[in-house]
Amino acid sequence: MHHFTRRDFLKYAGALSALGASGCASLSSASGPHIVVVGGGFGGATCAKYLRKLAGPAIAITLVEKNRQYVTCPFSNTVIGGLRTLDSLTHNYDALAKKYNIEVVYDSVTRVDGAAKSVSLQSGGKLSYARLVIAPGIDFKWDVIEGYDAAASEILPHAWKAGAQTTLLRKQLVDMPDGGVVLIAAPADPFRCPPGPYERASLIANYLKQNKPKSKILILDAKDKFSKQPLFQDAWDELYGGMIEWVPGSQGGKVTRVDVKTRSVYADNSTHKAAVVNVIPPQKAGALAHTAGLANETGWCPVDARTFESKLQPNIHVIGDACLGGKMPKSGYSAHSQAKVCAAQIAALLLDQPPLDPSWINTCYSLIAPDYGITVAAVYRATPEGIVDVAGAGGVSPREAPRSLRAAEANYADGWYKSVTADTFS
Amino acid sequence: MNLAQFHILSLTVVFCACLFNRADATDLRGAMLANPCAGCHGMDGVSPGSIPSINQLSADALVAALKAFKSGERPGTVMDRIAKGYTDDEIQRIADYFQPPKQNIKP
Repeated sequence: MHHFTRRDFLKYAGALSALGASGCASLSSASGPHIVVVGGGFGGATCAKYLRKLAGPAIAITLVEKNRQYVTCPFSNTVIGGLRTLDSLTHNYDALAKKYNIEVVYDSVTRVDGAAKSVSLQSGGKLSYARLVIAPGIDFKWDVIEGYDAAASEILPHAWKAGAQTTLLRKQLVDMPDGGVVLIAAPADPFRCPPGPYERASLIANYLKQNKPKSKILILDAKDKFSKQPLFQDAWDELYGGMIEWVPGSQGGKVTRVDVKTRSVYADNSTHKAAVVNVIPPQKAGALAHTAGLANETGWCPVDARTFESKLQPNIHVIGDACLGGKMPKSGYSAHSQAKVCAAQIAALLLDQPPLDPSWINTCYSLIAPDYGITVAAVYRATPEGIVDVAGAGGVSPREAPRSLRAAEANYADGWYKSVTADTFS
Repeated sequence: MNLAQFHILSLTVVFCACLFNRADATDLRGAMLANPCAGCHGMDGVSPGSIPSINQLSADALVAALKAFKSGERPGTVMDRIAKGYTDDEIQRIADYFQPPKQNIKP
């Protein structure tokens, strides 16, 4: 395995010094080691940016991303609940390109050649890499729920990737009559954004309570417990008194089939018809993880707990929702935190240093109403057993708390969104 | 790393200066501990929203705040839970990392 040595690094650094300060703006032709990052979400975009921050100007960084704009899943429930516009959640890669001298290539990777250390692009080009970082997010396991595939999701939206799906679900809520049922089918663990289905139910309830107060929300869940459950359920009682019904998997909540034509959802022994059906299907690592041979039988990617280097392919790191990140939940903040660790480890590798002791934080804010926020947080470390949360730290917001604390957390949720998106994209 | 090597690394830091206002981007151990904080408190501790910035606090003040959150002496929303995840040494290292650059290293 070839390492970009410190000697190499210093040689490139020296060459750069000859360019003078303007070197900063003319590095796209840098002949230093080339790091290719695939996927421009919270994992990939953050990793590209922090590689520049931590490894300096001598390396060449390319970010390959299919879309010119990125709509965040975090806060997309506020769009569904009518509190924000999709535009306000839409980001681009201009700052990464201009301020951080990252070559942003709007393309898809069709093939990863681990032996040749190169990736092939849809457009026909090829990129060689010293290290490859893949952050492909999630894909859906279609047809595990019979009758629910990509075509069905155009009618009964999942809205679990933000964008047109988010808008579609919002439109259906606006169009539905007062007194209708909104059905949310929530998946078994592990899946992207564990508190997400319940935040969604909350913000839909907030909308319905004000606009269509005779309506109901039915959550059919494949599992028997969920993230921040007591906090959510307390608040549902307090704010929405009986509007939200949650059916756990062991009591008939497991959805097995959907009939798009009749808008019917079949659970174990019951059939439900609803005005709006939101199916959140079971998930797996994004497609590229599978075509590149980075995923195992779980559907996710096993990685080294310190460096996120794939356990299946050398020189390739997998971060974000797609990886098996130990105890870390599949969240935007986890991906963001993993990206920074991965960038620091790659910077250390390029300096010929051994891997550092990593440290992560995840904080997930959920809004139950515009002025009612709750959190779960943890600090994580790498152990021989994988990534684990530090004992005695972290946990959820207190169950008994004044509304002023919920309001403060709602306010900080908004601040979190501003901070994490700026730290990722600008 | 010998002094000559450090000097050249320092040079790279100067060239970084047009991108970053930090002089210690090569403190990878500090970065490892401190970078996750930026997800909420903003890059380099400069927050664009309602969460407090932490770049203007002295290292002593930041250490005192984190230790008070850790002990429970200072109530928080989430910081009381997060601060418990760090040793006192790590808290010091995090606080040092968030100090504004003391020297823009000149060759």
